[in-house]
Amino acid sequence: MGKIWEFGQFGKATALMDEHGNQLTYDVLDSEAQILAEKIGQRCLVFSLCRNEIGSVLGYVSFINHAIVPVLLNSHLEENLMENLLETYEPSYLWIPKDQMNQFSGMEAVYEAYHYILLKTGYAKSCPLYRELGLLLTTSGSTGSPKFVRQSYANVLNNAQSIVTYLELDATERPITTLPMNYTYGLSIINSHFLVGATLLVTERTLMEKEFWEFFREAKATSFGGVPYTYEMLDRLRFYRMNLPTLRTMTQAGGKLLPELHEQFAKYAEKNGKKFVVMYGQCEATARMGYLPPERAVEKKGSMGIVIPGGKFHLVDMNGDEITVAHTTGELVYEGKNVTLGYAECKEDLAKGDERHGILETGDMAQFDEDGYYYIVGRKKRFLKIYGNRVNLDEVDRLIQGTFNIEAASAGVDDHMYIFVTDEKSAEPVRTFVINKTRLNPAAFKVIVIEDIPKNDAGKTLYKDLIKYYE
Amino acid sequence: MSNLEKYNQAFMNAFEIGADQLHGLKYQDIEAWDSVGHMQLVAELEDAFDIMMDTDDMIDLSSYENGKEILSKDEYGVQF
Repeated sequence: MGKIWEFGQFGKATALMDEHGNQLTYDVLDSEAQILAEKIGQRCLVFSLCRNEIGSVLGYVSFINHAIVPVLLNSHLEENLMENLLETYEPSYLWIPKDQMNQFSGMEAVYEAYHYILLKTGYAKSCPLYRELGLLLTTSGSTGSPKFVRQSYANVLNNAQSIVTYLELDATERPITTLPMNYTYGLSIINSHFLVGATLLVTERTLMEKEFWEFFREAKATSFGGVPYTYEMLDRLRFYRMNLPTLRTMTQAGGKLLPELHEQFAKYAEKNGKKFVVMYGQCEATARMGYLPPERAVEKKGSMGIVIPGGKFHLVDMNGDEITVAHTTGELVYEGKNVTLGYAECKEDLAKGDERHGILETGDMAQFDEDGYYYIVGRKKRFLKIYGNRVNLDEVDRLIQGTFNIEAASAGVDDHMYIFVTDEKSAEPVRTFVINKTRLNPAAFKVIVIEDIPKNDAGKTLYKDLIKYYE
Repeated sequence: MSNLEKYNQAFMNAFEIGADQLHGLKYQDIEAWDSVGHMQLVAELEDAFDIMMDTDDMIDLSSYENGKEILSKDEYGVQF
């Protein structure tokens, strides 16, 4: 019995398809997953360098279903960061794209399948792994800290089942990849669709490439997901005029979409018989916590919706008391079986059990309206979502101060970060440094040189006083 | 500014690169030319030549060289 999926029941149905014409049935996926797991032969830690390719997905489902614990990482991970992670966690194996073998020259290749290769790292012994620990993910787009979210098998299964229910997924679905699979939102699409026997269309191509849309049409894609920036790109592409008869559903998560775009896509969907589903979630809740039922997408623009099946939302005020009055801001708290176990910052943490007990303080400030629909209005902690990736502003400030030994304060709005420095000469180097650390497109980052960083008497930075420079 | 200069400037602005990097440049050759950068480039080109690009042309655009061919089409009429 697999830990999460029962591939055997879908037999000859196609599980995976790529743009080069390669296809795998569920039967083949099941047996290939078994073979790979047998090569490893025991519960241990594996670093998996992810791409939207068959080999990558095969590795993931093999590890999960056979109780091997993968750490899902971006295959373009900076080499220093990779080194740091290897030393911190000492995984027993790596599952990597074959064309990246040179990066790990000292390790022994023990198996190969679908352009992916299994490397034995040679680290002495696997550290103890909590029995319910299923996988580890980075909190989307960190600035290099080796902090992982610990997700259990029950987390993954519960969240995937909930998604299947509210999106009404079945075996006729053919989602096409638009998000990295090491990103919790991208992964949730794989998790949920493999529960119902759907066909996953995998491609490394982006929305900006002709080949993506050719594959979309040829393979008759029925859905895709996107972060706010994806929808801004689609808007610029004048997506509304594209002829995509097979498309049924567009989902959106990873941050709050501009209300105007929310409305445009909701109206497009309504007019063209498609569903546009705004959703809300976090890696700490496996993936999904809320969704806006598509039939109310136009009416409730700007809302992230209601809680997913099996979950509970409530708001708490500054004193920790529950808010019962509509249009009152409080911190959003979620309860459900998809609330993850906790974090890991070193290999010893992998033995830890459940630290959250099903309750997650989201750090998001929200309100609900008279109908009980939730609206995210701010954040408790200082971070931005840049192209769907979480970037912690305090961490950025610390990194700059530590590296350049200068005063710096970063602020901004989603997709636009402003770094304030007082020294003209360091403006360019600081900007380059932050771009390299986050590995995000330079377009999101601006440096502003000001006379002094505003501070209160106690020496705390007054970030509110910086707003005037960028709004 | 000549059309070629405007065209070059659009790439240089979008990707923050120098003129020496333009020749032979293709989508995803450099980190800045990812899907986000591609949108920047399209915006720069539309502004520079006061045009609205078609969806097909936006996704066809995949190198410094083929961008010139696309903009030379009748509907945009940019001559290099």
